[in-house]
Amino acid sequence: MARIDISKVTKFYGKTQVVHGVDFTIEDGEFVVILGPSGCGKSTLLRMIAGLEEISGGTISIAGEVVNDKEPRARGCAMVFQNYALYPHMSVAENIGYGLKVAGVPSAERLMRVRAVAKTVGLEEFLDRRPGQLSGGQRQRVAMARAMIKEPKVFLFDEPLSNLDAKLRVQMRIEIRKLHQRLKATSVFVTHDQVEAMTLADRLVIMNKGIIEQIGAPKDVYDRPASVFVAGFIGAPGLNLLPATVSSDSHSLTLADGQRLIIEPTRYPSLNPGPVTLGLRAEALNIRQGGAFVPQGGLKATFDFAEELGVGQHIHAEVAGSPLVIHVDGRHPFAFGAGLNIDVSPRDMQLFDSVTGLRITETDVPTSVSAAA
Amino acid sequence: MTGKRVTFSNTWLAALLIAPQLLLVFTFFYWPAGEALYWSFTLEPPFGGENQWVGWQNFKTVFEDPLYWNSVRISVIFALSSTALAMGIALILATFVDRQLPGYQAYRFMYFWPYAVAAPAVGLAFRFIFAPDAGFVSALNQWYPGIWNPARDGFDAVVLITLANAWSMVAYNFIFFLAGLQSIPRSLNEAAAMDGSGVLRRMADIQFPLLAPTFFFLVVINLTDSFVNSFGIVDITTAGGPARATDLMVYKIYSDGFKGKDYSLAAAQSLVLMLLVISLTFIQFRYVERRVHYT
Repeated sequence: MARIDISKVTKFYGKTQVVHGVDFTIEDGEFVVILGPSGCGKSTLLRMIAGLEEISGGTISIAGEVVNDKEPRARGCAMVFQNYALYPHMSVAENIGYGLKVAGVPSAERLMRVRAVAKTVGLEEFLDRRPGQLSGGQRQRVAMARAMIKEPKVFLFDEPLSNLDAKLRVQMRIEIRKLHQRLKATSVFVTHDQVEAMTLADRLVIMNKGIIEQIGAPKDVYDRPASVFVAGFIGAPGLNLLPATVSSDSHSLTLADGQRLIIEPTRYPSLNPGPVTLGLRAEALNIRQGGAFVPQGGLKATFDFAEELGVGQHIHAEVAGSPLVIHVDGRHPFAFGAGLNIDVSPRDMQLFDSVTGLRITETDVPTSVSAAA
Repeated sequence: MTGKRVTFSNTWLAALLIAPQLLLVFTFFYWPAGEALYWSFTLEPPFGGENQWVGWQNFKTVFEDPLYWNSVRISVIFALSSTALAMGIALILATFVDRQLPGYQAYRFMYFWPYAVAAPAVGLAFRFIFAPDAGFVSALNQWYPGIWNPARDGFDAVVLITLANAWSMVAYNFIFFLAGLQSIPRSLNEAAAMDGSGVLRRMADIQFPLLAPTFFFLVVINLTDSFVNSFGIVDITTAGGPARATDLMVYKIYSDGFKGKDYSLAAAQSLVLMLLVISLTFIQFRYVERRVHYT
């Protein structure tokens, strides 16, 4: 079927370069999510795969065939647009069947296929309506049905859920995932919503400023972000990032206010002394209730406020002049300005180069990642 | 949004600000229209004195005159063909500019120029260009002697004023078509492209149907314009001739009134023309505006 090879792809608008040499492969039947902030080039990349933007440099092949100079219709892709892009002057049935009509499928067969597809997305009763008479979720379904009906080799999704309200977004996310399990078509999904990305993707591609920051399985990216950018982008909240200095013997870290943390020497055997960025997951931190403060296995922080999540709380605190978020399961009635003792396991400490922002690789590999790899 | 409207607490100031415009409208529209209404139901005695009330007599004379129906027929042909021509050319130009072919900014600018040229100037230009003995088109007469002479051939004369009128209206239509095309979301075009539709098919299936509101608006504007604003072109190029071949309704009003000095007949005709324009406008607002809009 359809594997997509993206090789050294660049995109210029005039003299402005928006995609800087992107390289990756999407396997046949894989669901890949391209994640990044707005303006990172993710939609441009998707549109280059679709054939809606010219490719300035490099090649894109679909199913082993270079498609750089092919018209969108010759590439075998179907696309779901952010604003759905339904034809306002056509009924739902005409919208869904337009592709078949253009392809010259006789009207009897067309109607049959439109009905079948409409049934799978729950639109049978709305076939005679105009898009203007539908709700946001129904329009989204029409857009999906229109993409499905041609049984494409590749599905392209350009932030299709961003115009929906929160509840509907979760529901449609599940439906898209189910659809993919059933159709097994190669899918590329672009979004700036990391929750959407994490839940949908077989593999994540994280882009920033026109380059790829990291490619990997969602869990892998979450556990071992390749850069400070990815660390801050993935997870809710993102990784806590604190400026720190590695001691001259490479055995400990000093924060801006002089607090020290022990580094596990087996994980970082050849660490250079000097400034680094320390990353700590909110979920990996623990607030010690009572008991003595362990000087070098923990941090002292100042409580700011708590965010209620229902399943627990996000405790927002300050440590050494930087914000720190701690995820707790229960309720903690701290007063503003209260001191917190926080346990930090050396195994949960992630280090990043303070200049390049790249991850300083550790020697041990967390079990979850080795299982995925 | 009446709540957000700025209101003047000072009624006198408001009246003062509105007054110049009201005065203009009254002087140049309501007053002459009222006079025309009065004239159309009266007769001016040939040797002076009060006008005589004659009821529908003037209209009866007008409608029984075969020359008037000739004028109506020519006006309708002229209006329909120059509207079709002007809109067709404008639509083609607008689709080209909309596709952003190289240099489209310059075209967008230049295509609007003809709209700024006054009708008599257009008439004069076309009279020279299409002069059978000296104009650009005179080459035709060299190859096929006598094929083109608007001063002698009625058909040629109608073609000439139609071309001139269409040319002067293309600019206006172009701007509206281009605005209409650019208000169609790009993603619709892209969705159709993904659905396998080529450029021409997309125009026919997506762009033109969505352009329908603009299209109908322009049909009414163009027809109205052809009926009432073609005087300048006709007067300069053909003066209604040859043998009344280009005697449009609006030109006949002028020649009956100011050359024939029959104000009453001219007034009756202008009232008929006014009703025609009002009904066209009514159709536009009442039916077309409601029918062809999509949400």
